Amino acid sequence: MAKIIINHDKVKDPQKIVELCPFGAIDYINGYLSINSACKMCRLCLKKDTDGVFKYVESQRPQVDKSLWNGIAVYVDHLEGDIYPVTFELIGKAEELAAKTGQPVYCLMMGHNIADSAAELMHYGVDEVFIYDYKELEHFRIEPYTAVFEDFIKQVKPSSILVGGTTIGRSLAPRIAARFRTGLTADCTVLDIQPDTNLDQIRPAFGGNIMAHINTPDHRPQFATVRYKIFNAPEKKGTSSGNLRRCTIDAAKLKSNIKVLEINAKELETGIEDAEVIIVAGRGVKKAEDMEMIMELAKLLNAQVAGTRSLIETGWLDPKRQIGLSGRTVKPQLIITCGVSGAIQFVAGMNGSEHIVAINTDKQAPIFQNAHVGIVGDIYEIIPALIKNIKSGMEVKS
Amino acid sequence: MKITVCIKQVPGTSEVEVDEKTGVLKRDGIDSKMNPYDLFALESAIRIKQQFATEVTAITMGPPQAEEIIREAYMMGADDGVILSDRRFAGSDVLATAYTLSQGIARDGIPDLIICGKQTTDGDTAQVGPEIAEFLNIPHVADVRKIIDLTSEHIKVEMDMPQTVEVVEVKLPALITVAKDINEPRLPSFKLKLASAGRPVKRLSLDDFSDQDEMNYGLNGSPTQVIKIFPPPANDDHEIWEGSTTELAGRLFEQLSEKKFLQR
Ligand SMILES: Cc1cc2nc3c(=O)[nH]c(=O)nc-3n(C[C@H](O)[C@H](O)[C@H](O)COP(=O)(O)OP(=O)(O)OC[C@H]3O[C@@H](n4cnc5c(N)ncnc54)[C@H](O)[C@@H]3O)c2cc1C
Ligand SMILES: Nc1ncnc2c1ncn2[C@@H]1O[C@H](COP(=O)(O)O)[C@@H](O)[C@H]1O
Repeated sequence: MAKIIINHDKVKDPQKIVELCPFGAIDYINGYLSINSACKMCRLCLKKDTDGVFKYVESQRPQVDKSLWNGIAVYVDHLEGDIYPVTFELIGKAEELAAKTGQPVYCLMMGHNIADSAAELMHYGVDEVFIYDYKELEHFRIEPYTAVFEDFIKQVKPSSILVGGTTIGRSLAPRIAARFRTGLTADCTVLDIQPDTNLDQIRPAFGGNIMAHINTPDHRPQFATVRYKIFNAPEKKGTSSGNLRRCTIDAAKLKSNIKVLEINAKELETGIEDAEVIIVAGRGVKKAEDMEMIMELAKLLNAQVAGTRSLIETGWLDPKRQIGLSGRTVKPQLIITCGVSGAIQFVAGMNGSEHIVAINTDKQAPIFQNAHVGIVGDIYEIIPALIKNIKSGMEVKS
Repeated sequence: MKITVCIKQVPGTSEVEVDEKTGVLKRDGIDSKMNPYDLFALESAIRIKQQFATEVTAITMGPPQAEEIIREAYMMGADDGVILSDRRFAGSDVLATAYTLSQGIARDGIPDLIICGKQTTDGDTAQVGPEIAEFLNIPHVADVRKIIDLTSEHIKVEMDMPQTVEVVEVKLPALITVAKDINEPRLPSFKLKLASAGRPVKRLSLDDFSDQDEMNYGLNGSPTQVIKIFPPPANDDHEIWEGSTTELAGRLFEQLSEKKFLQR
């Protein structure tokens, strides 16, 4: 643990000092400089300050015996035994990390009548699957689910825990992390591991075009959530391996103040998450009518249409079709972005795509850094021309 | 009934860049606003107040200037406002933020209902709400898309799941985080602005909390540490095409056919 202190003697121009912080965390009140609670400990003030006004001091850090914590655990998210794909992607990543540190990979699955589905996990090379099968766990309710998670952690003591960024994961992971007074990093896009088992967690942060590299150096377990389609699932093996361990928990711990009254299926619409081809509309699309050309191109390419947040805000597309940090993550074989600048929050949701084509009039647009093919041009010219080409190409064929 | 709504002041713009060489943020003139997701939380509370005798408190942890958003909450109909502000809260991660808020919220007893936004536009973790509930040892429901019913004992809500919508009944006190489709937040009212002009905003610091151990707050109470920040890596396998529309559209057509995207 550490803090930043201000060396008041070295201050020449207090106003300049205040401006060093992009988060407005430096106050100058009644002739006195101080750091307020907006400080994010990014230490930019230390970097930018040339007069030695700021000093970074380490103070005493909590001690944790890391040797007592071993293994990488994956929380198995499922709906009535139907395991969500993000779980397999996390297993793939867990195995990669475990190979570097020589740790085992564990799965934790809770629910009711789940033994058969749990057995499927044994085809993905995990070392041990822990299952808690109780009627009380049939539906997701936060208190019993947290209690089971706690029981698992106390028994197994995994060093790192990966949870899918699903509705359940985003509710359960913070709850259990808070119970252990430990760190949780949300929506990681890169994960790596140090020899001392510290998890290197990287995520877009600070609401800007920046990546933050985050560690949980003095606490165990370390929690990270990751969204669907960020990592790759391993191949399913023909043979099964590892242990399946049924666990028991005191029924008193499964009490809940929540009653599930109804579960209604949502109308399932074809989403963008599983699409193989996606056409993305950005703010370069000027009018609602102009969405037609995007739709037409999508139809010809058998593609789904998606949008940036700015476009979604105009109301021309359903919010479920937003790609990005606060939208969906996609990984299609082809994605064509039309009039999209390429902000990190958008790119974070699509840079795993196999082939990225970007059309933008501005040669400096950040999207060109991420596109495999960057076309400097006007969507109002290129798209109609492309549509024409495709249509006449079809005529030739038929 | 007592309801506390957690609101946060966030940067008004997302246009932040980081200088590739120095790793320094480029951002001039920060304007701030209320986290847009928190407007839905406030609106939910105000709507309850229109049906029930309810006292709505807006709470935020932040610098003194966060008073602006408390005033905004007053203009929407909140009765009371609290700012948790202390230098010792600096450098808080999710855990420390949630802990600090839980201390502030529970100071005069746990309210019947706590409402949080689903996420913030700057932290963007969607974790603070559930962590507050854990610290207060009360149940929570995240991603609430409809409040169906409320009595002095229970709240009945619709929870948005990927493939289903679940109707759940939760015993109070409880915490909910609301999805942004839940309602249409009202605009601040001029009448309420006048009415609340002189209303104080309570400022609390660590010294006002029941747990005064500095190790639980700010950077000391934050298990996660930012090691560094850097610009996102660029994809180096890329080409840039320039030329006339006919050329460009022609080339793209050829590439799409070559890669067999036109044959399905
Ligand atoms: C916490 C947080 C979360 C966010 N989450 C998301 C998210 O999930 N998804 C998301 O998309 N955004 C998100 N954003 C917003 C993001 O930062 C950007 O503001 C947004 O992605 C920009 O959308 P855009 O590219 O459509 O618009 P702009 O940035 O306005 O870009 C429009 C582009 O179109 C080009 N253009 C204009 N006319 C034409 C033309 N005729 N032909 C070709 N090109 C043209 C312009 O050169 C420009 O580059 C988030 C922001 C924050 C702070
Ligand atoms: N500093 C804060 N003060 C008050 N409420 C907050 C603060 N940070 C987060 N919250 C609440 O927690 C929700 C989720 O925030 P986050 O976890 O940052 O995405 C927000 O919508 C707010 O309701």
